[in-house]
This record gives sequence, structure tokens and C-alpha cells, in this order.
Amino acid sequence: MGKMATREAYGKALAELVAQNESVVVLDADLSKSTKTADAKKVCPERHKNMGIAEGNMMAVAAGLAAQGETVFASTFAIFAAGRAFEQIRNSICYPKLNVKVCATHAGITVGEDGASHQSVEDLALMRAIPNMTVISPCDAASTKKAVFAAAALHGPVYMRLGRLGVEDVYTEEECNFEIGKGIVIHEGKDVVIIATGYMVQQAKAACEMLREKGIEPTLIDMHTIKPIDKDLILKYAESASLVVTCEEHNVLGGLGSAVSEVLSQAMPRKMVMVGLQDTFGESGTPAELVEKYGLTAKHVCEAVVKGLE
Amino acid sequence: MTNEQLAKQAIQIRRNIVKMVANAKSGHPGGSLSAVEIMQTIYDKEMHLTQENVKDTVRNKFVLSKGHASPVLYATLSAFGFIDEEELMTFRKINTRLQGHPNMNYVDAVDMSTGSLGQGISTAVGMALSNKIRHNDYRVHVLIGDGECEEGQVWEAAMAAAHYELDNLVAVLDFNGLQIDGDIKDVMNPTPFDKKFEAFGWNVIEVLDGHDYDALASAFEAARACKGKPSLILAHTVKGKGISYMENNAGWHGSAPNAEQLEIALNDLGGND
Repeated sequence: MGKMATREAYGKALAELVAQNESVVVLDADLSKSTKTADAKKVCPERHKNMGIAEGNMMAVAAGLAAQGETVFASTFAIFAAGRAFEQIRNSICYPKLNVKVCATHAGITVGEDGASHQSVEDLALMRAIPNMTVISPCDAASTKKAVFAAAALHGPVYMRLGRLGVEDVYTEEECNFEIGKGIVIHEGKDVVIIATGYMVQQAKAACEMLREKGIEPTLIDMHTIKPIDKDLILKYAESASLVVTCEEHNVLGGLGSAVSEVLSQAMPRKMVMVGLQDTFGESGTPAELVEKYGLTAKHVCEAVVKGLE
Repeated sequence: MTNEQLAKQAIQIRRNIVKMVANAKSGHPGGSLSAVEIMQTIYDKEMHLTQENVKDTVRNKFVLSKGHASPVLYATLSAFGFIDEEELMTFRKINTRLQGHPNMNYVDAVDMSTGSLGQGISTAVGMALSNKIRHNDYRVHVLIGDGECEEGQVWEAAMAAAHYELDNLVAVLDFNGLQIDGDIKDVMNPTPFDKKFEAFGWNVIEVLDGHDYDALASAFEAARACKGKPSLILAHTVKGKGISYMENNAGWHGSAPNAEQLEIALNDLGGND
């Protein structure tokens, strides 16, 4: 298994998609080399439009293109998409339910040295609160590729959260059974259910190995779709477990942990522990230093489970 | 339509605007009344909208970027046969298709959901860009407000439209000089519009009387003839046009006339029916 950032996998998948789907138009806001939409531009320059450093305008332009029947992929960093252009996404894309895929890279603190101004820790919360929006947060190259094609096949607004940092493959393309709204069970266990998304799937996977050494059998779910959340899967595995642990590279307020607790608290109350940013901004540093400092490593997930089971 | 027919239709549209807003007890009459002749010119001469093509995804489009002027959009669409006149009285009422600000998914002839200022003109840029990518000749029309130009996004959209040489896009600026809090020059002066849009790379066509059908028609003709850049029709208008007590009064930007005031308004427009 190799290593690749989800933004890179996005760029490659989009280049493939734009070549075979004539209705796809790609927009970027002067970050095409970082978001990797530059790959699509190489393949199809006439359907890749740079909108300059003007994200609010870009999102509403995307809406106008979609109103003409185009399938639009609009990319910038997560902080500028979900943050700066929130209201354009809300009013011009989601309210009229237009076919725009907001694919936002550089999410979370693994952005690294750029620091807190560029590390979006709120985008899942913001995007999932908008009616009509589908929110996807894939963890690796294979699932990102599948997510890009699945998003293109789904008519309506999608927010896709992508990372800057190279990450280990979790799936091969053949074995990755990706379907929007259906979480993937990576391990079946009995004592605890670990539900992770994005970057934290790999950390949770490593944590599961540590836990098994301690005699704890965890279930691990890759919850790549934050909205609509896979309620049936959560309830199915939570039923026999005494603890549910959520893991996200995002503020614990409003993201995956909140989405899972909304399901459990209404249907099947379970003790929960939420691994994520504890209502704090990030800072400059290497990704490795940052995940260590802010509690987002396999060791932290393992400790959270052990403590939760006490 | 002849100017005489249009003038007659304008009275019908203005009567419906004040009746809708009075009936809903809310809405924006001032900036709706200022744009009546602009809207008539767009739908009579530029849009070529028919019952046959109204459901088409790709055709000439109109975006009401100043979405709060929804009464003039609905009343104009009604005058041209795209909304039943009786339905106008459901405006702003529960379960209506005629939302306070336009929703494109409820009415076929409404081409974009708008209301948040500055966004409509960007969506119009997107539509025009699509027509360029697809190499078709369809045109996009967008009505923006003068106060709306205080939104930075208007200028982001203006920059993009010129950058992509969108000569299939024409923006009409309803220059009535007033916004909710007063004179635009007192609130946050967005002028001079002509010099600003020219500096952003637009072809600016000034219409000194934005209620004059001939002047508006020739402005759109000039816009169609201009190649390589988007056009702005800077239309000087009168806010509240046609209603004696509403004309040039910022107070009527977003308030509804009561029964007594409605009667005066209808009298100004040729009497009660």
C-alpha cells in the first residue's frame, strides 16, 4: 500500500472525470497547484476556469454554471470555501439545490506550518448545518477517487473535505466499496465502536491494533459521509457496545462526534468519547508535531478508548 | 409591443406591485416601481421567453440580483403570461410559490434564486460563462441595485465578467439613488458607477431616463452590438415611480401601504377597480 494526500487523489480523479464527462466544469481560486485542479486543467483547459482570489464570487459563479446544466467542481482551501464563502454556498448553491461540488482541500490542522488562519476546524459543522448539502470526508486515495465519481453522479450540492498531508492508503481501489451515505466497517469487534472520518481513520486503525494487544476488540467504522450520516450502521454496531468513540480532525463541536451523538442520544443512548480538537484553533508546526500536541494520534485514540471503558 | 401598449401594461404592473405588497403587508415597493420599464423592455424585447422554451435549462436568462424587488419580477412575469394574475395575491403568504425573494425551483420563468445582495450578478456571470464554454448565442440579463454596489462581490463579479470577455452579459443598474437608510451618497457612496464599471473593463451605456422605452431599447441594442466586453446599462430611475407619496422617498424601500394608502396609490394609477 502506498501513500498519497487526498487532495492529490482528488486532482487525479478530477482529471479523469473531466476527460470523460463533458458536462464537468472546474473552478479554482488561484490555488489550482495546491488544490490539484491543475491536473484537470491540463486535460481540459477550456472547462477549467480560474476565478482569481475571490471565493465568494467563485461559489455564486458555480451556481450560475450549474443553473445552465453544468456539473461544477469548485475548489479552494476549506477555510475559504466553508468559511469565507459560507453564505454564497448557502444561498446560491444549497437553497436552489444546484449541482455544485465544493471540493475543499487543506482541511484540519495537518495543513501544518501555515498555522491557524489556514487550518479549518469548523467546516464540517458549517457545511452539515445547511439544508440540501451532502458532506463527504474521505480518508485515502482510493476512497477519494470513488467519492469524486459518486459526487458527480449525485445531482445536487456536495461538500468534500480533503487534506494536504500525504496519508497511508486504507483501501485498494478494487476493495474500496464506497457509497455516499454508507459507512465502511473496517473491523468488526464487540467492546467498543470507533467511528472515524478523514485523516483520523488511519490513526484509529493503528489504535485498533494497540487495543487488540490489550485484549479489547473494537469495531472500526470509516464514516466518510458526515451527512446524511449512516444512522442504521451506527445503531447496528452501538447496540452491543458500551462505548462509542468518534475521531475527527475537526472541532468536536458540530462535526462527526456531534452527528453521531445526534443519532445515539435520540435512539439508543450510549456513553461517548469524542477525539478531536477540543474547541481550539491550531497553530504553526509540522503536521506530526501538531497532531501530537492536539491529541490526534493513534496513541490518543487508544487512550480515549481505554479511559472510556474504565 | 408598441410604446402605447407598454405604457398601458406598466400601469397594470404597478397596480399589481402595490396590491401584492399591501395584501402581504410586507415587501419592497420602492425599488420594484423604479424598475418597471426596465423589466418590460427585457421581457418584451430581449428575453424571447415563450411557453414552449420556459422550461429549457439553456435559453436567454434573467437574474434579479436585487432580489427584494421580487414584486416587479412576479408582476412582469404575470403581465407576459408566465404567472396567473390571481396567484400574485399569494405573494409572501404561507405555501406560496411567490416567496419574498425569488426561488427558481418554484416558478419556471424565475431563472435564479436570489435575495442576498451581490450574489445574483455572480450567478449571471456563471450563466454567461457557460454560454461561452458551449459556444451558443444565448444572452444573460441581470438587474442590480445601486445600493447593492456597496457589496464587494459586485466588483468581484464585474472583474470576472470583463476577464472572460462576457459580451453575452448585460447588467442593468437601477440607479434610483436611495437605499433603506437613505440617500446612497450619505449611507456609503458607491458612485461614480460609470467610471468604476469602465475601469473594471465594462462597456457603459447611460440611460438618463430609465422609464423611457425608446432609450432603454436602444441601450440594449447597443449592448448587443458591443463585442469583447460585458455591458452595463446605467439607468437613472425614480424610486417609487408612479405613486405620488412614494416617489423619491427612501421610507418606501421596504414597507407596505395600508388600505388607505393603497387607495391613494391605485388612484395615482388610474383609479380603483
